[in-house]
This record gives sequence, C-alpha cells and structure tokens, in this order.
Amino acid sequence: MDEIVRLESIECRYDSRAVVHGVSLHVNQGNLVCLLGPSGCGKTTVLRAIAGFHPLAAGEIQLNGGSVSRPGFSLPPELRSLGMVFQDYALFPHLTVAENVGFGLRGLTRTARVDTVNDILAVVGLQGMKSRYPHELSGGQQQRVALARALAPKPALILMDEPFSNLDVEMRERVSYEVRDILKRHGSTAILVTHDQHEAFALGDQVGVMHAGRLLQWDTPYNLYHEPNCRFVADFIGQGVFMRGRLRAPDTVETEIGVYKGNRAYPWGEGTTIEVLLRPDDIVPDPNGPLKGEVTKKAFKGAEILYTLRLPGGGEVLSLFPSHADFGLGEKVGIRVEADHLVAFPLSPGLT
Amino acid sequence: MKEALNPAEVAEAAVESVTTENNTPGQRYQLSFERPTDNALLVRLAGRWRLEEKLPPVTEVQAQLESGAAVTRVQLDTTRLAAWDTGLLTFLAGLYTLCQKRGIAFDNAGLPDGVRKLIDLAFAVPPQKDTGRRGELPPVLARIGDATLKLLRGAPEMIGFIGKVTLSLGRLVRGRAQYRRSDLMLIIQDVGPQALPIVSLISFLVGLIVAYMGAVQLAQFGAQIYIADLVGIGVVREMGALMTGIIIAGRTGAAFAAQLGTMQVNEEIDAFKALGISPMDFLVLPRMLALIIMMPLLVLYADIVGVLAGMFVANTTFDISVFEYYQQTARALDLRHFAVGISKGTVYGILIAIAGCLRGMQCGRSAQAVGQATTSAVVTSIVFIVIAASLMTIMFQKLGI
Repeated sequence: MDEIVRLESIECRYDSRAVVHGVSLHVNQGNLVCLLGPSGCGKTTVLRAIAGFHPLAAGEIQLNGGSVSRPGFSLPPELRSLGMVFQDYALFPHLTVAENVGFGLRGLTRTARVDTVNDILAVVGLQGMKSRYPHELSGGQQQRVALARALAPKPALILMDEPFSNLDVEMRERVSYEVRDILKRHGSTAILVTHDQHEAFALGDQVGVMHAGRLLQWDTPYNLYHEPNCRFVADFIGQGVFMRGRLRAPDTVETEIGVYKGNRAYPWGEGTTIEVLLRPDDIVPDPNGPLKGEVTKKAFKGAEILYTLRLPGGGEVLSLFPSHADFGLGEKVGIRVEADHLVAFPLSPGLT
Repeated sequence: MKEALNPAEVAEAAVESVTTENNTPGQRYQLSFERPTDNALLVRLAGRWRLEEKLPPVTEVQAQLESGAAVTRVQLDTTRLAAWDTGLLTFLAGLYTLCQKRGIAFDNAGLPDGVRKLIDLAFAVPPQKDTGRRGELPPVLARIGDATLKLLRGAPEMIGFIGKVTLSLGRLVRGRAQYRRSDLMLIIQDVGPQALPIVSLISFLVGLIVAYMGAVQLAQFGAQIYIADLVGIGVVREMGALMTGIIIAGRTGAAFAAQLGTMQVNEEIDAFKALGISPMDFLVLPRMLALIIMMPLLVLYADIVGVLAGMFVANTTFDISVFEYYQQTARALDLRHFAVGISKGTVYGILIAIAGCLRGMQCGRSAQAVGQATTSAVVTSIVFIVIAASLMTIMFQKLGI
C-alpha cells in the first residue's frame, strides 16, 4: 500500500522544553489511525507538526514521499494539501454551511463546486442544511460540517484534533462510528488525536499510545488491550488490576490466586517478583470454583455488573458478571481465572 | 558512646553544650544544643521566641550540624518555651528545610501541638510553581535591558510581516490574491462611513480649540482675520490627519487586532491555512486596502469639518463674516497643503493596518491574549503615528512643501 505519512524520530520544542521526543510512525493509504494519550502527552503537538503549524527540532516528516518538515525547514500548511478538523471546529461563522464546505475548493468552475459541495454534504447527511449558518446547527452537525469542509478538497490526509470532545458521551460514540464510516467510504487516510480510548478504539485501525512526549506502543486496539508492552499502556488502556506474583518457570507465574501457565516465555529470571495484569474479563464467575472473593464494590453497567472482589489473600480483582448475577456487598462469590493473554511486568523498584 | 540510661545524666554529660542567649531585659530567648547520642542533635528552645526578639538565624544550627560526628536526627525540646509566634515558626521552617536538604530526620515530637500542626500544614503541599511568591523584581537597569531586547527581538517579526504584506499586495496587483470582495466592502463600510460621527465630533472640537487659542493671541493685534490661515493650515497640514489617525487607531486598529486575535483563538486562521488559503491574502490584505482607500477620504472630511469649526468660532465670537473667512481660507490654502495632510493620513492608515493585523496574527490562544493584542495594537499604532508624524513634518519642512 502507498505510504502517505512518515515521521522519522521527530522532536518538537516549546521554547527550550521538548514536548515530543523521537516519535516515529507511518500511515498507509486508506488507514485511520489514532494517537491516544492523557492530556499534555504531546499528541496534539505531533498533529500540528504534521499539519505544518509547529516546527521540528529534530527528525523529519514526509508526506507522500516528499520531505515537508525538518529542522530549519517547514513547508507552509497551505501548501501541504491536508484537511484538518479542529477541536472547536473553527467553522467560519459568517459563511453558510455550503460556503464553509466549498471554501477550500479553488480553481473549480461554479457548477463543479456546487456539485462537490452537494455530494459531500450528502455523505455527511446534511443536505437540507446548506443555507444555515454554523450557530444554527447542533454540536454534532457542526462537527460534520467541519469534517465535510476538510474532506471537500479531497486531501491526501485528514488530521483531526480531538474532534469529538465537545459532544456528549452518547453522541460521541455515535458520531465517531459515523465518521469512521464516512472516512472509509471516502477512502480517506486520517490521523485522529484523542484522550478517549473508546473513541480511539471506535475509529482507529491502529492506535498509538503516547505518554510524556513518547510513543509507547503502536498497535491494533485488540493488542493494546490484551498485549500492552509496558505498564503505562496496561494501566491507561481499559480497566484491570496488577497482582503481585513470582516467576516459577519461564512461562509460569505464581500469584495468590494460584499458579498459571502463560502463553509466552517471560524473559526474566526465575523467582523475579512480577506484576500480572488481570482484566475484568479474565476473571469469570464460577459458582463451584475453589476461589472465593468478597464483593467490596459494584458498578452496574446495564448488561453487566463490574464487581470489585477482595480475595482471601487480601488482593483485589475486578470481574465482569452478567447482569442477572446480582450479589450484595460483602457476599462471597466463586470465580475462576481465564486469561488467554497473561501479561506480566517485572516489579519496578520505583513503583510499589 | 555508651547507651544512655537516664536522660538527665546525658544532658549533664553532653560533651558539646552550646548556649546562645539574648540577655537584654525583656527580650530573652535561649537556644542551646546537646548531643544525646553521637548522631543526634537535640535543639533546646527556651524563653520568648517572638518576632521582636531578634531571633537567631538557622545558620547557628547548621554550624552545630557541621561540627562533630555526622548527625542523622534532629530532636527538639521546647519544654521551657515561654512564648512564641511566627518568629519561632520561621526558625523551625528554616531548620526543617535544612534537615530535608541534608537528609536528616526531623523529629517534631518535642514541639507544642499548635506549632507541629502549623509546620505540617506549611509543608503538606509543595509550593506550586509560577504562583504565589513572585520573587524580587530584577533591578531597574536589568528590566530596561530586558524590555529593550524584547523590542529588538520583535523587530524581525515586524519586518517579516511587512514583507509578507508587500508580497500579498504584489499578488493583488497580478490579480492572484485570494480574498472576497464582499469582505473588503464590509470592512470599508466599517472603517469609513461608520467612523464619520466620531471623526466629525473630534475634528470639529479640535478646529474649535485651534481657532480659540489662536484668536485670543491674534486679537491682541487686531488680526482676527488670520484665524482662517491658522486654522486652515494647522488643521489641513497636521491636526486633521493626526486626529483621524489616532481615532482610527483606537477604533479600527483595535478592532482588527481583536478580530484576527479571536480567529486565532478559534483556530480559524489555522483552518484557512489547512484549506490552502493564505491568511495574509484573505484577512490582512482587505483590511490594509480598506484603510488605504478610506484614510485619505476621512482625512479630507476631517479637514473640512475642522475649517468649518474655525469659521463657526470666527463668525460667532469675532464677528468675521462667513464670506470673509472663506476668502481668507482660500487664499491661505492651496492644493499642496491638502496633499501634505492627505499623504500623512494615508501613511498613518498603512501603519495602523500593519500594527493592528500584526498584533492580531501574533495573538496567543486565550481570551486574555486577545485583550492584550488589542491594547498592544493601539499602543503600537499610536507610537508609529507620532513617530511618522514627526519625521514627515521635518521632511516636508526641509523640502519646503
């Protein structure tokens, strides 16, 4: 597949403070990728560097195989043929929806422009809103106008900076699936920046987790959840607990809830103190199981209930039960560990 | 050293017992040190520990810590403490920081309850950076130096901006600048016709003032008729353009900075760039054009209003007929004077547009930054205008125009 974007260990600075360190990644034609991370991790800076709003202190950015940013050189954003969707949409308030969308369409005849605008508005489902002004639209509609405006000039790449952060939670999920649909139908390549993992998982073919200016893991959503490569990613993505244990054999760990054989060999020596990641879906209900946990917290999630269970050894685990299994606080329930991916990290001396 | 059995004995047997005392009557504090064990230091605080007592510096404890065997623990004894206030806490806070810095355990068991709580409170949360204590202002010369450097560093940016504006004007001439005619018309409407009331008012009053000021002097010679010359030349050559410039700087320059600043905050300017449109062409150019077109007209209008104000004063107060005044003004003024005034006004207009747009484009990404950009735009424009006015006045004078 054609490579659209390539970042070669880029570094960005604000004044003299480096906020992005050695981030490398590449995106192929037609892929939707997400940069995910807590606020202040440098993800927006990476996006702005790709767009050409932020200079590089080191490294290189290539678009369609051509170098567009390197230290001391930056192709102006207006010459990069990108589409960008901004956090607050940045719609032009004095232009109608159609004018906003048609804004970037230069060098077309009048009819061609009208046709393009109509097509793209149909794609985002806003045919009837052509002559409205941005302030007359709801947040979700404005969001779609912003997306349409970015899509209209048919850019090689679309950049989205937390585009759903102004929507309420329910709408966020719906709109992000809609947007994925639109982008896929359009065959677009897009990079999205977000701090919301549900959004990242809903949209991204690949997701990069960033922390403190570094790209920690670049993987599919499934692997990020089940095979995190470091403790930060394990902690940041999804829910779960870390349970202290010890390596018994290269592929066997011992914890207070038993000895488990993992699906891999761990590189640390036998007897190393480790922490095993237990996701709520790794702990399944088993009324006849030997392992009992006492309910200390419960969170009702509709179809499921998330229980926090205290084990006899004092440790706590999270477990998802079907909604019918309604236990009260303090009740003992039987559980069983069913972990396909047994992820463990050596106990770092700093984190106890 | 042997393990101590009786604390009293130890106290007596303490090898190094130093006492600092302030024995002035009515002002008494006592600070003494003991070594209960080799690696512990007992600090004994007694008497009155108040701010007004000229309390000892923490360095006295530091000297104790540095002499003799290494200390790993500092204990306190305050059983004979008579009175205390912030003075004691300042001393203890200093001691606590000193201990932390040196990795020495600070045993607060010997402190009165209130003091202990206050010390805990003081160190519970590390002081946040960038807030609270501002630190001391640097000396005046350093501040002047900093401000000068900042100004000088701003210069390349300004020159770069002027360069970009020039390129944009070049694209306009070749008909390749991307901007909307309707935007230009709106800005022209806002800059020109809508400014007429305030320009009328100020020009009329300035004409009035010039007329009165001159008339009082001229009346001493019976030469009231020369009010016409004074007002005509003064307003047309200088005051009309200057006052219009200052009004437009406050009105339009500030508006430009606020508009562009807000667009910067809303990321609209980034959106233009992302859509492949140069904000210089689309936003700055029409504003520049509007001022270049409207300033000469506004100045001409201000000149006329100013002359009419002079006529009003001369007619009502000094009994000079309208026709006489008109004749005298026509004799005094020729096209040259108008050309001088209007060319000055045009230059001011360009300067206002540059200052307003530059500050708007430089605006940071917060609402507060928009306010700063607006203020800065007005200040910059007025400074530019006054400097340009002086330079041009001298220039025209030397050229004899």
